[in-house]
Amino acid sequence: MKTVCLYFQVHQPWRLKKYRFFNMGKDHNYLDDLTNRSILQKVARQCYLPMNALLLKLIKENKGKFRCTFSITGIAVEQFKAFAPEVLDSFKELAATGCVEFLAETYSHSLASLASKEDFAEQVKLHTAMIKKEFGMKPTAFRNTELIYSDEIGAMVAEMGFKTMLAEGARHILGWKSPNYIYANAIDQKMRLLLRNYKLSDDIAFRFSNQGWDQYPLTADKYVSWMTSEETPGEVLNLFMDYETFGEHQGAETGIFDFMKALPAAALASKQLEFATVSEAAKKYQPVSVLHCPHVMSWADEERDVTAWLGNELQNEAFSKLYALKEKVAKLKNDDFFYVWNFLQTSDHFYYMATKWLSDGDVHSYFNPYDSAYDAFINYMNVLSDFQIEVEKALEAKNGKKRAVKA
Amino acid sequence: MRVLMFGWEFPPHIAGGLGTACYGMTRGLARNGVDVTFIMPHAYGDEDQRFIRVVNASDVEAVYGSTGSGADDILNKISFIHIDSNMVPYISPEEYASYHEQYVKTGQRVWSTTDCWKQRYTFSGKYGANLMEEVARYAVVAAQVAKDLEGQFDVIHAHDWLTYFAGIAAKRVSGKPLVVHMHATEYDRSGENVNTQTYAIEKAGMMAADCVMAVSNLTRNIVINRYGIPAEKVVTVHNAVRFAENAAAAPERGVKDKIITFLGRITYQKGPDYFVEAAAKVLKRVPDVRFVMAGSGDMMNHVIRRVARLGIADRFHFTGFLRGEDVHKMFQLSDVYVMPSVSEPFGISPLEAMRSNVPVIISKQSGVAEVLDYAVKVDYWDVDALADAMYGLIKYPALSNMFSTKGLEEVTNLKWNDAAAKIKRVYERVIEENKNK
Repeated sequence: MKTVCLYFQVHQPWRLKKYRFFNMGKDHNYLDDLTNRSILQKVARQCYLPMNALLLKLIKENKGKFRCTFSITGIAVEQFKAFAPEVLDSFKELAATGCVEFLAETYSHSLASLASKEDFAEQVKLHTAMIKKEFGMKPTAFRNTELIYSDEIGAMVAEMGFKTMLAEGARHILGWKSPNYIYANAIDQKMRLLLRNYKLSDDIAFRFSNQGWDQYPLTADKYVSWMTSEETPGEVLNLFMDYETFGEHQGAETGIFDFMKALPAAALASKQLEFATVSEAAKKYQPVSVLHCPHVMSWADEERDVTAWLGNELQNEAFSKLYALKEKVAKLKNDDFFYVWNFLQTSDHFYYMATKWLSDGDVHSYFNPYDSAYDAFINYMNVLSDFQIEVEKALEAKNGKKRAVKA
Repeated sequence: MRVLMFGWEFPPHIAGGLGTACYGMTRGLARNGVDVTFIMPHAYGDEDQRFIRVVNASDVEAVYGSTGSGADDILNKISFIHIDSNMVPYISPEEYASYHEQYVKTGQRVWSTTDCWKQRYTFSGKYGANLMEEVARYAVVAAQVAKDLEGQFDVIHAHDWLTYFAGIAAKRVSGKPLVVHMHATEYDRSGENVNTQTYAIEKAGMMAADCVMAVSNLTRNIVINRYGIPAEKVVTVHNAVRFAENAAAAPERGVKDKIITFLGRITYQKGPDYFVEAAAKVLKRVPDVRFVMAGSGDMMNHVIRRVARLGIADRFHFTGFLRGEDVHKMFQLSDVYVMPSVSEPFGISPLEAMRSNVPVIISKQSGVAEVLDYAVKVDYWDVDALADAMYGLIKYPALSNMFSTKGLEEVTNLKWNDAAAKIKRVYERVIEENKNK
């Protein structure tokens, strides 16, 4: 019996508007409200709402045998509340079935794990509190932004009290080993790792509608036969993907919903597969080995590293200037500033500044609202500079008040 | 006196030094009692099959929206002729070729880009397959125009190398004297790697001309030394600056910090690199200053990377290409204006900055340095001196006050009327000499 672990990532960034030098010091609304609303409502209509409804139906039909896992960023929840509250309600309905697990991650889908331990811990704390408030459960498993992982990051997460963490089943890390087993973190061996099976995951997420693929069309029966086959040995099959795969990246017309509708029944009928959430799967099996990952990896691009976000001087500069503000923002203890601080950390802003266009240029430009990495950088830095000025001003005002009280 | 002038479209259609200079000069000449027939290339594409169009002066959009009051009597002295051509100022043969190639491949006729020089670049079957062909075609049409206007002009004046063949053709047809105006040489545009065809046309134009006008002594020296033009044939006529009739009120400042501005094409010729390096040096000493680079160009991405690597991107801002009102706004927001050009035949923009009461730092390698006393002058490569000057102008109010008030006085005295009077004297001389031949 193999365990199938379905996990979906839900995230939408707050996109910045065109913010010019002339706006600086005068205009502190950084967001492109129209774009944010129209994209979120479009994705809600095409993906979140129909897919949530389908999963709810599948869970009810299979009486607890069909289970899955979600990770929803704080930034996405903020946008649900602003533009599509019915989406949040449908996630809550899923939570109430008891067959769905919600993971912890960074609140802003941020790169804080690469900045400092404190920034990282704070982001996770914020997200955990949000999940608890919205869905009434305290997450015990963790997934980092874009599955960014290293031995040290795993140890930090263990220190925060999590027992399980997700990572990419990257070929350069695994070598001959299979991603279909549970592994342990190299520093803290109590931390269990679930590794993404990128082949099986990408069959659905990327190749499903590709008519040039020799396996096209993909049916649930064919997919189940791959999972049960002896050529796929192991205990856990980790199918991790963006939730927007369903209905958005793979449109409804491709038959992706029909595929998902048929998958649980086909899998359960084989009698060789069962479904479990991330934490359930981690508990069920023992780690087979320690996984050594001294350098940071992720699930992005062919390289499976973090160069999509921190690969050139533009990204490094924006990143270091952003986190240099950290202490000042913390001192302010002001919700308005926290709100901006959070959405400025979102990794997407750095992704837009990428200049690697070889193998993954299409994927980058698909998600990119800017004409070029340079435009993205200029716009982000203009916003950040204005935020910087406002933070300084607010700090001065606060210190001034304190002094006045003392006098 | 009547002059047949081969010039370029006026701003705001095509902004930049050349258009601005043609505009100011033409008005100045009109004020000095010279009748001007102004011929310019204008791309009509396919919708208009005529080669030539005569336009009323009032139909031509003038700088900053209106021609202003009291200008009507002057405009009576100017008439416009459009020749259907897709030439634009500063275009290089290589750029032209790439557009043509795209046109052939895709059939795309019109290009709009963020780069001002190609704002709306038109192609259709009837334009030349390469820039040289188009220059020659323009000359053929020009010869026809000169024939049609026989007896209606006394002298021919051609601006920039693209129109030199037209000028030569008009001279041969009419027998009238030719004056060519060097706004920039191929050495300014390309450094030492000159395009030999362009060089040859520039030289041919100057050899055929009865008089060559250079926008500065700097350019005059290049013309004499590198093109081998006899010194007595070359005169310097410095550009001037036109005051907008009603200056807009200064925009509200968003940031408290001092602002140091670079405004121009971000290309090798303009020396943006030196501005960035100096900015980094100043920022090490003074935290409350911001740098703005306004414009676009082929070195922009390189400059952005350099700024990021120096770690000053939160204090160094890019605006992209600015037009019309935004240019004024940018000047008015500035505390210091810098033009670190590696090679600048003249350079009108510091004058526009001074007009907005902004002290300026200019490179010694610019023509405008010859006419200004109240501007800080540094060698473009001397980054330390440039940083020093920036520091002085933002830290010592006495210094910047002196430069801005005296500078305003100085720039007010640089009038196109005076420049045009000088041009008129040149016209008179060549007409006289021509008669005696």
